[in-house]
Amino acid sequence: MDLLVSIILQIVYVIANLALISLGLAIIFGMMRVINLAHGEFLMLGGYTVVVATNNGVNIWVAILILSPLVVGAIGVIVERLLIRFLYGRMVDTLLATWGLSLLFIGLITSIFGASTATTISPPLGVVTIGEYTSSGYELFLIGITILLFVAVYLVLKLTTLGLVARGTMQNAEMASALGVSTSRIYMLTFGLGAAVSGFAGGLLAPITGVLPTIGTVYIAKAFITVISGGAAILAGTTSASILLGGLNGIISFVTGPTLGEVALLLAAIILLRIMPRGITGSIFRKSI
Amino acid sequence: MRELREMKATWIIAALGVLFTFAAPSILELFTIITLAQVIGLAILALSLALVWGFGGILCFGQTAFFGVGAYAYVIAAVNFGGSTWAVLIAVLVAAAFAAILGYFVFYGRVSDVYLAVITLTVTLILFSLIRRTSGPEYKVGNALLGGFNGASAPPLNYPWDVSAFMFPEQVFYVAMIALILVYIFCSWLVRTHFGRVCVAIRENEDRAELLAYDTRLYKLGIFTIGAAIAGLGGIFFCIGVSRVTPDVFSLSQSALTIIWVIVGGRGTLIGPILATFALYYLTSTLGSQSVLNTNLVLGTILIIFVLGVPKGVVPAVSDWIQSRRGRKALRARERRLQRRRPSGGQNVGSTEGAE
Amino acid sequence: MKHKAHTVLETRGLSMHFGGVHAVDRVDFSLRENELRCLIGPNGAGKSTFFKCLTGQLNPTAGDVVIRDIHVTGREPHEVAGLGVGIKTQVPNVFDGLTAEENIWTAARRWHKAPRAQTLTSQIIERLRLGDIRSTLVGNMAHGQRQWVELGMVIVAEPWLVLLDEPTAGMTHEETARTSELIKEINQSATIIVVEHDMQFVRSISQHVTLFHEGAIMMEGTMDEISSDPRAREIYLGSQA
Repeated sequence: MDLLVSIILQIVYVIANLALISLGLAIIFGMMRVINLAHGEFLMLGGYTVVVATNNGVNIWVAILILSPLVVGAIGVIVERLLIRFLYGRMVDTLLATWGLSLLFIGLITSIFGASTATTISPPLGVVTIGEYTSSGYELFLIGITILLFVAVYLVLKLTTLGLVARGTMQNAEMASALGVSTSRIYMLTFGLGAAVSGFAGGLLAPITGVLPTIGTVYIAKAFITVISGGAAILAGTTSASILLGGLNGIISFVTGPTLGEVALLLAAIILLRIMPRGITGSIFRKSI
Repeated sequence: MRELREMKATWIIAALGVLFTFAAPSILELFTIITLAQVIGLAILALSLALVWGFGGILCFGQTAFFGVGAYAYVIAAVNFGGSTWAVLIAVLVAAAFAAILGYFVFYGRVSDVYLAVITLTVTLILFSLIRRTSGPEYKVGNALLGGFNGASAPPLNYPWDVSAFMFPEQVFYVAMIALILVYIFCSWLVRTHFGRVCVAIRENEDRAELLAYDTRLYKLGIFTIGAAIAGLGGIFFCIGVSRVTPDVFSLSQSALTIIWVIVGGRGTLIGPILATFALYYLTSTLGSQSVLNTNLVLGTILIIFVLGVPKGVVPAVSDWIQSRRGRKALRARERRLQRRRPSGGQNVGSTEGAE
Repeated sequence: MKHKAHTVLETRGLSMHFGGVHAVDRVDFSLRENELRCLIGPNGAGKSTFFKCLTGQLNPTAGDVVIRDIHVTGREPHEVAGLGVGIKTQVPNVFDGLTAEENIWTAARRWHKAPRAQTLTSQIIERLRLGDIRSTLVGNMAHGQRQWVELGMVIVAEPWLVLLDEPTAGMTHEETARTSELIKEINQSATIIVVEHDMQFVRSISQHVTLFHEGAIMMEGTMDEISSDPRAREIYLGSQA
């Protein structure tokens, strides 16, 4: 019984982890149809924000919960103004430019902090025992905060004027600008929000994974698969794809080890896209957000 | 064979390539020639993407997956057979087969441009993390250890069907150069065949090609598979050139570099990406030997500058510029002729030439 | 029009629903060999959706499309075109980065070996008076010229059935008149369906007209019969005035 709870908890953690690292990418993709290849670097920058802040004496909770989304969100807004806005409607060029941005960030951080960072921060919160088994308290905290984050994004999209206008703009940009909504401003805020969520995720994960200039690479493959498997609906897509792929990954990893888990995740996604080329929410749950 | 007669520029470039091959030992140091073998492998990789993306319009961000698969397949086969003859053939076929299977899913699933880019990139990254974990002695294929993070050493080339006659590095250079020239001629011929022209038509407008009764999925799968075979061949020369294969062939930065070569050289040309490979290799190895500017920083900046400023790439931009100069000259000459004939006329001249 | 000619294209209960919208609703339609049929109707009547179900661009929700006794429902467009069906879509659908000649050659080469394809291409270029712009990139051409290139791509394949969606859209009066001549010429050897808005044009080419309204066929008959029918006047001709 305790073993079962522990295993289920582990699988839920894998799912939450996938959802957490994908949400920022999904927001930008769902609203702007832009695949941000610098997504991994937004996560990386979130991690560096936390490490640098704690090294300078900032409380770790403040660094993770407040600074990482704020700093990376601001970077996202700057990037949108300086680069992305010149490329709207040019999907391929946007992909390429964000890839350039990804290299640029990796290069920049390497130049400043070196290729490896010695300082690591240990996860706050101790160990939780379930019968004879133990589980990391911080992992449980991550599951909880991921759920909260999804609820928060849902509320922003559903209830605020920004969310309403953003959804309208995404569905029909011309109509929205004819009605006097500044599309440009909405895109900027959306990109900033996506970046902030990514930075937040990177900050949350930093105590577990440590930080490296190239750590983005570790995340992006999984995040890409999750977002394109999920399709255009931000929350429904990310949630359903995370549960499906993360669940599969968790179970296969548990049985055979992490290597095959990732392969299973990729194979499942490729077969899924053969059946549903526009992702899960392109075929079912089409009306959701 | 009408196509072969139309390829004037190709023959000239190929002849220059042959000239360079034979002049190289007398103008370059041995060390440079040995290094060049691996750069030629990379140039073949660039050529494969120039074909698949520049002509086939398939946005493959993971062309290095086939390059790496080719390299690993060569090493595994060469170790097991104790010779390179069959290993070369097998490596090319394995790369092509891998692309054919992946291509079946993406093209027959009618996955869009951007998804295809992301999927191919993801496949590459998964291969990267997969192969890095194969460091134990239990990870071997036949007699070949995969070697995980450190990779495996690549057996040298030998003369066909004579496993005792290994080639010296400068001989490998000759073979690689000849392979590059032949593949270049092949690609140049291919894009002029019916098959190649249909691929270009599909790049221009897939719906239209389909309404003309072409099964576009099959053509895309075809050019994708051919491109992967070429990339696999590049992988063979690359791993022989460095005498080692490591998971880095699947790394994100290698994928990015490949894209950058094609962007900088220009889409829709074959020679552009080849030249860009040599030029950027020179640049990155120079940057690598100093510590002021980080290589990723420079490459990222180059990529952004080209996407925003020179989206067509260097070679097409230069040839457009030459053509527009020529066009303007011809136009002025025609205007002068017309003005001599009827001083008031000439407003219709060049109505199609003026449009870019 | 031959009276005993057999049916070459038929739809049975063809329906296309988008969510709750019934763009095409249980349409039974049939076309005899060598006919020149126009499909007319106000905007949103479902004629373009119906057209796309015939060409395989849309997969109908229900019903059947039969072309020369072959069930093509849900087949890919290239399979429909592969039966010898020439298709022209509503917006100019051409290869912008290729020249006029290359565009037409690509269409011809699907059916013929290279030398014959080249000959046919040259003939069509001459016939459509595209000689002056044969080496111009189609992307640089005017709207009407692009339409002509596309028509060239359709007829160079010598199809036995031709499906045209608004072939005169964006053409000048003179170009429209030439198109009408061309369609009559093609009709000598091929069966044709034309989806069209321009009533003058329809009157100039077609004997038999099918009127679509709200996703269904409202009536079929000659242009005179339709223009004298009060219901038809109200929904279509009336709405235009």
